[in-house]
Amino acid sequence: MISRSDVEHVAALARLGLTDEEIDRLVPQLSRILEAVGKLADVDTSSVGPTAQVIALENVMRDDVARPSMEREAALAEAPLREGSLLRVPVVLEEGR
Amino acid sequence: MAAQLPLADRTIAEAGELLRRREVSSRDLTEACLGRIARDGERLNTFLAIGEGAALAAADEADARLKDGDARPLLGIPYALKDIFVTRALDDDGQPNGGLPTTAGSKILEGYRCAYASDAEDRLSRAGAVLLGKTNLDEFAMGSSNENSAFGPVHNPWDDTLVPGGSSGGSAAAVASGQAYFATGTDTGGSIRQPASLSGIVGFKPTYGRVSRYGMVAFASSLDQCGPLVRSVADAAAVLQALAGHDPRDSTSVDVPVPDYAAALTGEVRGLRLGVPREYFVAGMEPGVEAAVRSAIGVLEGMGAEIVEVSLPSTDHGLATYYIITPAEASANLARYDGVRYGLSAGDDDLMENYLRTRGSGFGPEVKRRIILGTYALSAGYYDAYYVKAQQVRTLIKAEFDSVLSTVDALLAPTSPSVAFKIGAKTDDPLLMYLNDACTLPVNIAGLPGISVPCGLSEGLPVGFQVIGRAFDESMVLRVADAYQRAAGFADLRPPTAHD
Repeated sequence: MISRSDVEHVAALARLGLTDEEIDRLVPQLSRILEAVGKLADVDTSSVGPTAQVIALENVMRDDVARPSMEREAALAEAPLREGSLLRVPVVLEEGR
Repeated sequence: MAAQLPLADRTIAEAGELLRRREVSSRDLTEACLGRIARDGERLNTFLAIGEGAALAAADEADARLKDGDARPLLGIPYALKDIFVTRALDDDGQPNGGLPTTAGSKILEGYRCAYASDAEDRLSRAGAVLLGKTNLDEFAMGSSNENSAFGPVHNPWDDTLVPGGSSGGSAAAVASGQAYFATGTDTGGSIRQPASLSGIVGFKPTYGRVSRYGMVAFASSLDQCGPLVRSVADAAAVLQALAGHDPRDSTSVDVPVPDYAAALTGEVRGLRLGVPREYFVAGMEPGVEAAVRSAIGVLEGMGAEIVEVSLPSTDHGLATYYIITPAEASANLARYDGVRYGLSAGDDDLMENYLRTRGSGFGPEVKRRIILGTYALSAGYYDAYYVKAQQVRTLIKAEFDSVLSTVDALLAPTSPSVAFKIGAKTDDPLLMYLNDACTLPVNIAGLPGISVPCGLSEGLPVGFQVIGRAFDESMVLRVADAYQRAAGFADLRPPTAHD
């Protein structure tokens, strides 16, 4: 139902590093789970719309006014790597890549 | 009878009465809880963080207010937050302020200090309750046994070798064993009600939108809801009163009036129509559990409620619907743990490697399973077959509840198909574990309020049953549950370990 390469593909999409042993365990587990949830295919939903959330609220807006927000030092305090008042990240755009 | 229980094992109502009569102080209550934490906390692995000094200071402040005649119901009452509610641990300068860290039960957030407080912490603090610490949980609230915590499993106070249920297992075990008078939980598919049932206490999941999710680490945002774990239905009403209400910081928090919940506790069910959905009594349910739940229904019938059998035909599809929608939402929510802004970072110089290694080493097996499952259900080629299909079935499940609840005042059902099970018994089989929530998760899919109330013992272990109500009709749910609890005589149910 789900192959090893499916799991590898989805793990890459999810930016989730998995060991070979983890993939070995996940393939049969996910196959069984997908078989179980796949039962929904038998339910007639031809005249039913999807429900994303159950309360009758949509497009909740606030007034477009400036207000105090979290202080920069507090927001940055837990960053693994900083440079001054900036987050430091690995190179994203590199020449030749 | 209740008066004979040790101080740490009283209800909020009883402890509050003693406070207001000045027979005990908030410091006495706090020390009673800290004593239980010192005695049982490590063995049961209930707490991930304890703030003893701050708790005693808050207790002294409450005592000063009590002396001034302040009579608010939660003033001076010690409680715990599930460690999925952020607590403010940084000041504006980014310096640690002595507040408690937040882990969500995950290595990826180990030691994380948040710069703001959750709405739950805010409201309970304003109500004068005394925060003791943060309770253990399944990682990101994903689990039904509390075995998925990165910081070790929680043990059931009724028997150390058993699970307390999950994911709010630390909250349930703490309240059941006198380590806190109440605790918050979160319930996405049963994570308040199921551990309450397995630990012999009351757990209440309000209507989706009734309580703010601000500062609750997100699992599945269209189902997650905050609620209390307590020792009585009256206590559930008191804590919900403090938690409920509109919060502009949560755009799914609904701006509707919050009624006086205590006023709903009339003790009367005469003339109410209560529905029993036949699909909730299915193969696989333990006979002792079914007997206790049937007997609870009999008690309510004996009190004058009209019991009618009803049908919710799509119940059987609840599990599949849930295990598509919630992993899908979780996979999106957990994308934020990127090793860049906060939390664990592998520190790799390559961006992709940093993502893969940070997330690969920071998340535990169940969280990884759900991220993969959810990403798969949302990926190209599978989105319509899995995710949209599940959303359509969600419409059916909700419509059936709405239809049935237009003919009855509330529904009665089991909470869990079994009593507490052995630690390790179901860890190798995710599907078997998922079945624990078959009776609770349809309620989240439909966004309705549901409470679990103890209704006796099976093989010496607690059994709970659910009262499920209409959206935003928490008052009816509380009324039925409270009337039952007053009549049934299980209000003083405590585990053998609870007594001093």
